[in-house]
Amino acid sequence: MNNLEFTALVGVGSFTAGFLGALTGLGGGVVLVPLLTILFKVDIRYAVGASLVSVIATSSGAAAAYVKEGFSNIRIGMFLEIATTLGALFGAFLAGIITTKAIGIIFGVVLFYSAFSSLKQQRDVYTHDTPDPLATRLRMHGVYPSLTGPREYHVHRVPAGFSLMFGAGALSGLLGIGSGAVKVLAMDQAMGIPFKVSTTTSNFMIGVTAAASAGVYLSRGYVDPGLAMPVMLGVLAGSLTGARILTKTKTQQLRLVFSGVIAVLGAEMIYQALAGKI
Amino acid sequence: MFKIADWTDQKVEVVIGNLLRAGVSIAATVVLLGAAVFLVRHGFEHANYHVFAGEPSDLRNFRGIAWATLHGRGRGIIQLGLLFLLATPVARVAFAAFAFAMERDWLYVVVSTIVLLVLLYSLMGSGI
Repeated sequence: MNNLEFTALVGVGSFTAGFLGALTGLGGGVVLVPLLTILFKVDIRYAVGASLVSVIATSSGAAAAYVKEGFSNIRIGMFLEIATTLGALFGAFLAGIITTKAIGIIFGVVLFYSAFSSLKQQRDVYTHDTPDPLATRLRMHGVYPSLTGPREYHVHRVPAGFSLMFGAGALSGLLGIGSGAVKVLAMDQAMGIPFKVSTTTSNFMIGVTAAASAGVYLSRGYVDPGLAMPVMLGVLAGSLTGARILTKTKTQQLRLVFSGVIAVLGAEMIYQALAGKI
Repeated sequence: MFKIADWTDQKVEVVIGNLLRAGVSIAATVVLLGAAVFLVRHGFEHANYHVFAGEPSDLRNFRGIAWATLHGRGRGIIQLGLLFLLATPVARVAFAAFAFAMERDWLYVVVSTIVLLVLLYSLMGSGI
């Protein structure tokens, strides 16, 4: 395969990943690395480097659209970014010392978890506990627009959310993904933040988190321009297109199919890693 | 120039959204330009990403990338675009720190500065 053919095929694959990722809300990054390693036989370190770059692009590109809706909470995001960026540095450090086989297996497990968690209903967790005094001191409580007018929400269990966010950052730095599934776990389940607020806020955070590890990848020589170019442009174009038609389509069935694809990719990643092909 | 009352969280987020969009647009344009140069010159060469070799030093750090760009190398120009992309979230955090200062929210000036320092450490510490 020559560079032109490779660029075209990877570009189309990345566009599809970004498109489906935006439509289903599962993100494109999670299928990108398996696609590159399994289908295109790319070394997993190059694949993760290219994926990280595309994650920054999609997060930043989509953020402009999200802020208009008024759901995201800049204080929650900024505070938790301390945890995710430190985690991302740790993840990038780990990526340099553990084997590609181990990375492949961890990736497979995360794919399974993402597929599983996307099948659960996204419902707001309402707790009537008293809000975390730490969250009050950090002025994290906020208001978001709902059908019945502005609605107040309170933030709970800040230390638990902060620790989980460190884990999300580490996975992002190790695997080159946005780790949306772990972020949702931290913000929705642990901190009791409404779903709409947590999704838009975490989208904001993904770019900053990925930037913290992408610098390490670049300086280690894990970011190849010939590969990162079609991946970044393809995912960006795909996710922007997906976000544009998102409001017009019913995505429930598509989500189900995409979760199935993610689970199959997870199994394949683990199999190939164990067989020594990654 | 700006009144303090003008700096609300909502307004800051809109400015940040536009900042991010501008950063990504610049990065994507530079990457496209580099792609054109790279594919015109090397389009018919064999693509191999199966064997991991790591990138040469002139595609790993700022000085090398600047040198490759000035010499019109496609791969160097693509890396320059990726550097713009990397700089976008950093600019976002720096702007947030500035905006919190305008809101007189010193606690969050500190929080944003910590995030900024971690990002700069990852970029500088890794020798870009």
